[in-house]
Amino acid sequence: MSKVRVLVGTRKGAFILSADGKRDRWDVSGPHFAGWEIYHVKGSPANPDRIYASQSSGWFGQLIQRSEDGGATWEPVGNDFAYDGVPGTHQWYDGTPHPWEFARVWHLEPSLTDPDHVYAGVEDAAIFASTDGGKSWRELSGLRSHDTGASWQPGAGGMCLHTILIDPRSPQRIFAAISAAGAFRSDDAGATWRPINRGLKSAGVPNPTAEVGHCVHRIAMHRDRPDVLFMQKHWDVMRSDDAGESWREISGNLPTDFGFPIDVHAHEPDTVYVVPIKSDSEHFPLDGSLRVFRSRTGGDEWEPLTNGLPQRNCYVNVLRDAMAVDSLDSCGIYFGTTGGQVYASSDAGDNWTAIVRDLPAVLSVEVQTLP
Amino acid sequence: MIRVELPGHLRTLAHVEGAVLLKLDGDVTQRALLDALEARYPVLRGTIRDRASGRRRPFVRFFACETDLSHELPDAPLPPAVATGAEPFLVVGAMAGG
Repeated sequence: MSKVRVLVGTRKGAFILSADGKRDRWDVSGPHFAGWEIYHVKGSPANPDRIYASQSSGWFGQLIQRSEDGGATWEPVGNDFAYDGVPGTHQWYDGTPHPWEFARVWHLEPSLTDPDHVYAGVEDAAIFASTDGGKSWRELSGLRSHDTGASWQPGAGGMCLHTILIDPRSPQRIFAAISAAGAFRSDDAGATWRPINRGLKSAGVPNPTAEVGHCVHRIAMHRDRPDVLFMQKHWDVMRSDDAGESWREISGNLPTDFGFPIDVHAHEPDTVYVVPIKSDSEHFPLDGSLRVFRSRTGGDEWEPLTNGLPQRNCYVNVLRDAMAVDSLDSCGIYFGTTGGQVYASSDAGDNWTAIVRDLPAVLSVEVQTLP
Repeated sequence: MIRVELPGHLRTLAHVEGAVLLKLDGDVTQRALLDALEARYPVLRGTIRDRASGRRRPFVRFFACETDLSHELPDAPLPPAVATGAEPFLVVGAMAGG
């Protein structure tokens, strides 16, 4: 029988939640790296026992941990994230120039085919790559040195590169997203990049339709249809049908279109999930009711999913990297909250249960479907 | 032997219990001590000193002989009592919440 492994990064350590394909009884291991912020944990699609974790703290900086046995044991690998050349400046919150400073790794994206090849999205925004299993890292500096780089500004959470998507048809094509610069695409394996933000409109920037300056929170793709992208922006849920060349809004009947995560059903490329949040200054569910919204039409028409989720007095948030899906026949959906709950649905969102309720604030959730 | 006491998280990373004992050839300075510490425990590179600048991380402090040495120059001699091992060199995580 298939198994599922849920990799959870939290403010105070990593946890691994395991179950068989029924997904009704869970084993919880952790905290791994207790006391450290674990922004992201992700396994290699090519070798699921190879897992990478981003471990950081405000005191002691950044480490990258690697497991060869599915998270049972770990070893620290390389943590030298040196910007290429003289980093220069980007804009600070007040619009003044601010030097590029490495803070942490937000997201790790292993290659689809090579367990030793992994990308890292970092704050201040840049993308790095390792081809030796995380021992050494090289910046793909064509992104940060883009003509617009000096004008990028941080979002409230920092100027983070939080999303990296690899086109399953061609590893030459990589998508990345930065708060608050926008979405970018490379068609040459990360050597050069260009903004792909046409159609985005953002209040709060001098030119609402500018080439860059959009606070993209998350982008999702179905691997069978990689030219179709779904985006949760600061406000607005967006869709592109041409690999980011243009975007259109698909917020439709959502009660609020602010939010952080977005993901796609494993077997239905037009079934999309978001977790609407009240507003940019009130990062909690509308009316204290935690609802996942599902569209089975690729956007515009959304239905609330509430069975098993708290519908009163719930004021948690769901962060951008904290939703994932498994690939079992009945697709499982998972998300973690800043209140420490990890919710799971084994029926595509119709019914939810909490696997755990009292973890530290959840920063990220990834799922591995194992044979 | 010089005695270095690390905060709990760094002892865990380095797999050490109690104080680290270091033997330095030449001048006993903050830089020489930290270089030797990182040479023995490469996992500590970047955790005490920023990898890019080489400077002490902001929330890390250095104490010895009841004195805050955090702002001493990296190549200044450490107190004789540290050099002889009579007193430990303390690497401290700042008392800040979290």
